[in-house]
Amino acid sequence: MPSIEFLGVSKSFVRHSRGRQLLRAHLTALVRPAPKDRFYALRNISFKISHGENVAIVGANGAGKSTLLSLLAGLAAPDEGSIQVSGRIAALLELGSGFHPDLTGRENLFLNASLLGLSKKRAERIFDKVVEFSEIGDFIDEPLRTYSSGMMLRLGFSIAVNVDPDFLIVDELLAVGDQSFQVKCFGKIAELKRNGKSLVCVSHSPVVVQQLCERTLWLDHGELMVDGKTEDVLKMYGQAVFQSANVSISS
Amino acid sequence: MWSGSYPFVLSNLVMKDFKVRYRNMSLGVLWSMLNPLVMMGVLTFIFTKVFPNPSIPNFPLYVLCGLVAFNFFSIAWVTATTSLVDNANLVKRVAVPRQLLPIAAVFSNCIHLIVQIVLLLTLVVAFGRGVNVHWLWLPVIWSLEVVFVCGLGLMFSAMDVYVRDMRYVVESCNTILFWLVPIFYFVVPERFYGLYQYNPVTALVIASRYILLDGKAPPNTLLYKLMLVSFLMLVLGVLVFGKLKKRLYDHL
Repeated sequence: MPSIEFLGVSKSFVRHSRGRQLLRAHLTALVRPAPKDRFYALRNISFKISHGENVAIVGANGAGKSTLLSLLAGLAAPDEGSIQVSGRIAALLELGSGFHPDLTGRENLFLNASLLGLSKKRAERIFDKVVEFSEIGDFIDEPLRTYSSGMMLRLGFSIAVNVDPDFLIVDELLAVGDQSFQVKCFGKIAELKRNGKSLVCVSHSPVVVQQLCERTLWLDHGELMVDGKTEDVLKMYGQAVFQSANVSISS
Repeated sequence: MWSGSYPFVLSNLVMKDFKVRYRNMSLGVLWSMLNPLVMMGVLTFIFTKVFPNPSIPNFPLYVLCGLVAFNFFSIAWVTATTSLVDNANLVKRVAVPRQLLPIAAVFSNCIHLIVQIVLLLTLVVAFGRGVNVHWLWLPVIWSLEVVFVCGLGLMFSAMDVYVRDMRYVVESCNTILFWLVPIFYFVVPERFYGLYQYNPVTALVIASRYILLDGKAPPNTLLYKLMLVSFLMLVLGVLVFGKLKKRLYDHL
């Protein structure tokens, strides 16, 4: 069964404020080793996502949501802990990631499908479905730089859902789509869920979270505060946000 | 985890490089021919008119054998070195196996290599050197150069992510190599000759001159050295890349 499991996962980054990428910095580090200035993006995170479960991740900017998704998608490696993933993952972490502006929509579609792990045959088989779902029409043969951000989202999302992933990972993307496309996406996500697939998404919109996900993780400063039913978690998260805003206004 | 088709991704990445580079150029692939031809003309002028060197017959062909091998090597090495940093958005956002990026950079330069090889072979025939059975060695030795550059590319692309000065290191090495590979001079005092052959670019240049200009098979020792160093470099590249790839995300 496809599933994702995080066990005691921590992830830290070295601060780059002193230009560590330069040769000079590496050479001086040889002579005079500086203590490494690390900051933790995630600390000791454990959870499990089973197939057919839609999970949202909420939290303030810088809470570690995107880092969590990168680990999930296998892009970054954890410092500590283990991540077990079984099943195919399709990640949409940024608008137009994996696209090239000078290639046409069609060329980008094949490039993207291959990057997401499709064979040539399967890419050709989903081509019509993707174009139809995205409603891009004749623009499919225009270079991507002529696309609006909404069209780029349409193409990217249509590819991702049509590669038939076990886990669809989306980072705050549907925001640039228009209403009709959003409704269509929600429908598609519901259909994936009925087929036992999962959505893992980051969103700042309580409406979207409530509509799509029955379970929510709340991250704060790299720590997992609560993992529970969306309704309960959103309530607690909302209260916390309100409180801290209140404090800073009054002080 | 990623279970896609390597050849399909690779061909898509190579097509991407190729299309992006040529879509906005009116002369297209002709540029690949123009550069070696101009260099050939300049070097031929200097070493037959300014500093005449009668020991080398067919100087233009002699130079072109060197230029084709060296051009491919130097450009492929640089583009492979910067491939991960240039494609940071892919490395950070798409779970494609990262080693494919430097490899794709090398392969897209192979398109130019093939154009230049066709040019070289055409000129060889036009200058009256016929086709001979030893031409069968040509795909072997040029493939070995691709193997060598892939190894270098893997190693330096990963290092470039950690130390961004790496591309300037590579460019300086290329400048030095232009003089250390016998592109326009006649080889080398006896005591350096054996050492020279351990440089795969030199070995390739010498071997291709044996085949194309002298109509002879390249000597076995030369081929062994070429093979040995190329595959050692590939192994080293794979090892270094494997060691560094875990933290690529953090440094981009």
